[in-house]
Amino acid sequence: MVGKKNTLMPIKVKKLNFEKGHRKLLSDISCEIKAQGITIILGPNGAGKTLFLKCLHGLISDSISEITFANKSLNKTIRKQQSMVFQSPILLRRSVLKNISFALQQRTKIINKEKILKVLKRVDLLHLVNQNAILLSGGEKQRLCLARAISTLPKVLFLDEATSNLDPYSIQIIEKIIKEVNKYGTKVIAVTHDLLQAKRLANDIIFINKGRICEHTTAKLFFLKPKSKEGKLFMAGKLIV
Amino acid sequence: MGIYWDSIFTAINLIVSFDKKLIEVFFLSFKVTIIALFISCLIGLPLGTFLATQRFKGRSLFIGIINSLMSLPPVVVGLFVYINLSRSGPFGWLGILYTPTAMIIAQIILILPIIAGLTTQIIEDLQENYNDLFISLVTPKVTTIKAYIIDARYSLITVVLAGLAKGVSEVGAVIIVGGNIDHLTRVMTTTIAMETSKGELSLALALGIILLITSITINLIVTYKKYNIKDQYYGR
Repeated sequence: MVGKKNTLMPIKVKKLNFEKGHRKLLSDISCEIKAQGITIILGPNGAGKTLFLKCLHGLISDSISEITFANKSLNKTIRKQQSMVFQSPILLRRSVLKNISFALQQRTKIINKEKILKVLKRVDLLHLVNQNAILLSGGEKQRLCLARAISTLPKVLFLDEATSNLDPYSIQIIEKIIKEVNKYGTKVIAVTHDLLQAKRLANDIIFINKGRICEHTTAKLFFLKPKSKEGKLFMAGKLIV
Repeated sequence: MGIYWDSIFTAINLIVSFDKKLIEVFFLSFKVTIIALFISCLIGLPLGTFLATQRFKGRSLFIGIINSLMSLPPVVVGLFVYINLSRSGPFGWLGILYTPTAMIIAQIILILPIIAGLTTQIIEDLQENYNDLFISLVTPKVTTIKAYIIDARYSLITVVLAGLAKGVSEVGAVIIVGGNIDHLTRVMTTTIAMETSKGELSLALALGIILLITSITINLIVTYKKYNIKDQYYGR
């Protein structure tokens, strides 16, 4: 990935709609996400941020929309070049090592133990390599999920509130890796509630409320003076869902 | 209290003297149950995994039927197998009524829904947890099914034990289709029932104690092994 152009970018979303039980959860979402930087999706609880992220990654297939990556419709080949870290860590009931090798097996079919150990060292889990993943702490689990996600060298990395409820040490490690992988060409799209984290990481912000994009702007502009009324209320902590 | 001590001494005597009758009854009991359990697992584990992971029309009805069959009354199963295997029944030509084979068939009908039903529940819970990850990794269906069985293996051991317990303790069905024939289809549970009806309580109780000890011992060994392997594997 180093120095290479991200061949999955830009991401274009045209009129993304999603309904469940006669309730419109996403309506007419259209945007273009560029290759550079880290994109943070902000919004209040229940705004549709996670749903939007899942639609981008292809986890929800019954949405009505046209999502393209580098002008190609989202398909299995494109999805195989993406990774996602979920809000609640999803880990197999196996050792730390086997959790990563399982993911690698699905993508590259080649398991390089040395590479796995290198990734584990980056997330400070090398000493737990043979430990059952279920026995890890919350922070360790989420770091393992991130290690698994980056071990496949994704071109797009989706993070769904990956640092919520974690201690500052785990947050620091995760943020450092997010910045690193982004520097080496992986597009990072993350959902967070943490405004300070968004300030630390974001290059651009997509602000969602009630299933609609209220604004999509640079992080600098958003934190200086949000354009939308909802954005202003959200920043002031006055947005009621 | 006398009867308890009598039966305990009788049980010890029977075991220590390697009583021929006891050994014969004991081995036939376990032969019938183990074969029935093995066949039930061979069908039930993949069937349960299939039901948990695949979506098709009538799936919930199928699962509902299997769950209902988990509490089948053994006597009814015995009667059903008897009717089918008796000379006038559709499978009478096989001539297997009052043989261990008939007892195995009856036990399979009783154990299979337990194995399939519990496997479905266990794998379903796991699937709820793993589903998003497997979609995200674009994992092929065969790999996901394999992963479910591998990751649920310790819970599935408990399912097999539940099947074993059902088989070992079963009396109603095997007495109907086996006929409790000496040296042919007499197993521990049917012997206990017969001895009790004859008023030979100490022999019945002695056999009961042996059955209980054997059942508990198998469960303890399997459970111990299960946790031992688990601990070794995960290095706890």
